[in-house]
Amino acid sequence: MAIFGMSLVMVAVFIGFGLLIGTLFGFFGMGGSFLVTPALLVMGYPSTVAVGSGLAFVFGTSVIGALRHRDHGQVDYKLAVIMTVAMTLGIEGGKSVVFFLEATGMADLLINVAYVGLLAAVGLLTLRDAWSDAETTEASNDLADRVQSIHIPPMVTLRGGVRVSATIIFGIGLVIGVLSGFLGVGGGFLLMPAMMYGLGVPAAIAVGTDILQITISGAFGAFTYARSGSVAVPVVAFLLIGSALGARIGAGATNLVDEDEIKGYFAAMLLAGSVAVASNKIGAVYGIDFLNTVSTVLIFGAALLVSSAVVLAAICRLRNDETGMWCRLTTS
Amino acid sequence: MFGLESMSGSAQAVATVGLVLAEAIALYAVYGVLSSTVGSAVIDAIGGA
Repeated sequence: MAIFGMSLVMVAVFIGFGLLIGTLFGFFGMGGSFLVTPALLVMGYPSTVAVGSGLAFVFGTSVIGALRHRDHGQVDYKLAVIMTVAMTLGIEGGKSVVFFLEATGMADLLINVAYVGLLAAVGLLTLRDAWSDAETTEASNDLADRVQSIHIPPMVTLRGGVRVSATIIFGIGLVIGVLSGFLGVGGGFLLMPAMMYGLGVPAAIAVGTDILQITISGAFGAFTYARSGSVAVPVVAFLLIGSALGARIGAGATNLVDEDEIKGYFAAMLLAGSVAVASNKIGAVYGIDFLNTVSTVLIFGAALLVSSAVVLAAICRLRNDETGMWCRLTTS
Repeated sequence: MFGLESMSGSAQAVATVGLVLAEAIALYAVYGVLSSTVGSAVIDAIGGA
């Protein structure tokens, strides 16, 4: 039996994978875009279809996330508009850098090194944040205070009572946009820390605004690829069925589990991502198939581990169980 | 699939994005209704209440 030309097994695989990604997205507000495209590539989809379908899926999932955050008043439209305009310009700049580097023949090497380095850096920062919470929070507050004390007009007041220079927001968006265009990624994993630690925007509003920005850029990206028919609509449809449910489970878990308890796992996932990309590239350059397998296992294993940790930690809280082996493991 | 192939490039793109948007909104609404009707029963069952 087939549904939209897909076997029941594949339908279950896509819904299950969507559930996993949705749980991560609902809990952390990020972590979706860098999992779907590699998964589709591994399954043998052409690279344009993998990227186009990945973007369409990110668009659909972020629509669901943005609706939820809007209902809770956690979206700052001023911040989203400034960031979107600045990032769009930045992305064009980043693309120009890529074309320039392609002409010199150094694009692949530099992009991969920068991608691995950034993932590792954000992973290490998150890990440090998880281990020494008080000190890091103080240091990040210092940075946000300093940024808020710079009065370059026009000044804007954001949700949560944060007053900051629109010029600085624009500058940060521009830099993140250049990095996004250069690396070919959504930029969510850079935008959210920049808003929280750099501007001092409350975490919930940073997540909500980040998701709205991802919705807009995801729609634009999906549109671009769909023009050449490079979006596998059934794949996106089944992934969304799972991710919409997962997003609710992940969001529900945030009410039960302290994010700091899981942060270590999330940092490990980012670090595993950086090792996976490095392993994949080295494997491709030297023709070592084993390294490609290591890369795939690392990406999916880490995603499965972190989403399971989120769900298990939530179940432990519901049962008031802090002594069981699994409960101690998920919250250590 | 879904009759999109017969459309021109831009029309196909608009239809694809619209389809994904419609599915996302529908899923948000359906799961919203489900979680408000059976959500607390599921949470009680998991919590062992």
